[in-house]
Amino acid sequence: METMTIQHHLTEELLMAYSAGDLPEAVNLIVATHISLCDECRAALESYEAIGGAVLDTCESVAMSETSLSSVLSMIHKQDSEILERETVAPAKDVVLPAPLADYVAGGLENVKWRPVGMGVKQAVLPTSDEASARLLYIPAGTAIPDHGHEGMELTLVLKGAFQDEDGYYGRGDIEIASEDVHHTPVADISEDCICLAVTDAPLRFKGLVPRMAQPFLGI
Amino acid sequence: MLTTTDLSADCDAKPVVIGNGISDSKLEPADGQKTLSDGMPTQAALWVDDLLRIRDDRDEGAFIKVFQHFGPRVKAFLMRTGMDAALAEECAQEVLVTVWNKAHLYDASRASPSTWIFTIARNKKIDVLRKQKRPEPEDLPWGPEAEPDQADVLGLQQESEQLGRALRDLPEKQRELVEKAYFGDLTHSEIAAQTGLPLGTIKSRIRLALERLRHSLK
Repeated sequence: METMTIQHHLTEELLMAYSAGDLPEAVNLIVATHISLCDECRAALESYEAIGGAVLDTCESVAMSETSLSSVLSMIHKQDSEILERETVAPAKDVVLPAPLADYVAGGLENVKWRPVGMGVKQAVLPTSDEASARLLYIPAGTAIPDHGHEGMELTLVLKGAFQDEDGYYGRGDIEIASEDVHHTPVADISEDCICLAVTDAPLRFKGLVPRMAQPFLGI
Repeated sequence: MLTTTDLSADCDAKPVVIGNGISDSKLEPADGQKTLSDGMPTQAALWVDDLLRIRDDRDEGAFIKVFQHFGPRVKAFLMRTGMDAALAEECAQEVLVTVWNKAHLYDASRASPSTWIFTIARNKKIDVLRKQKRPEPEDLPWGPEAEPDQADVLGLQQESEQLGRALRDLPEKQRELVEKAYFGDLTHSEIAAQTGLPLGTIKSRIRLALERLRHSLK
């Protein structure tokens, strides 16, 4: 898949935490989706996984039980006839949603259950554990998302179209990582509607009355 | 520690110096087939051969060697992540069964055997302790020349061993912090990516392997 034009990448902290398995499910989802589009971050991730391999090597061994080998051998004998077909994360068929994301909407973009949230913006909250939340956002071309700050981290990955804010221009595959206290006003590029995956690990705070009223509908 | 390493002086394997100088590992009989460890006797390369024998020949002898070396380490790792001994035993068994089942997915130009087995153990930990599925990046499509170049494979295994030495050489406090992150004793917001480990070379090597994989499709 295309990887050449990505300008905005994951942080080293996120890559390390993903490789260690210390992230909430929603954050794992956006990391896996970005990496599906970005070989630079895939290579960085695999190098952090190599640290995990080195940590495994340094573990003191703890003896396995006496029957361990025989039960493992009987498991592989029982299963061996069934496993020859590849069970992998096959490349996505959908041109907008990479495989890990397609998995969460049970198929392609046409399966997304959008709900309008005002100003032409639509969203679909994805089912993840509640330590953090993930949603798909559909933003009509040229529309501004209300100025907001947030208590935690907000990650926004562009899947289609583009948006621009004070920090730069974000196209397909680019991920914006906004930390606490960042107030920003992303505006979808005028050329086409924009679809993003947005993940927050704490509620957003909108400035201004109308967006604040919209917040319960956004469910964030 | 390394079960197949034999440092005895009468061993007829050539001593080989890798990077800043480690072991002379004993060469295993190659069973008449060409294996990675021919002329490339790093310890990791021997485990690569075993994984390839599992993959290509469904070789149970190779699997038993892998089980005996990695099983107790995986169990120890899982106990460090907070499992009790009985649960860690059960999960370690399942991790080794996954090694057998998914050997066809192992790419030796991108991961050492330890690294690959670590990722399986980590996913088991998330599955069991967090009761979550873990979204994984989609696979790269495999081209007709998916079998990686032996020099790339050896290079990656050597980088991995160097990384392991660098980890052991870290000041104790720093090393403990890195280990804690991988055992899951730190939350993601506590993790600072300054590990003090040199990742630049291994990252470029994996990047190259990815490029070759994509190129082989064109």
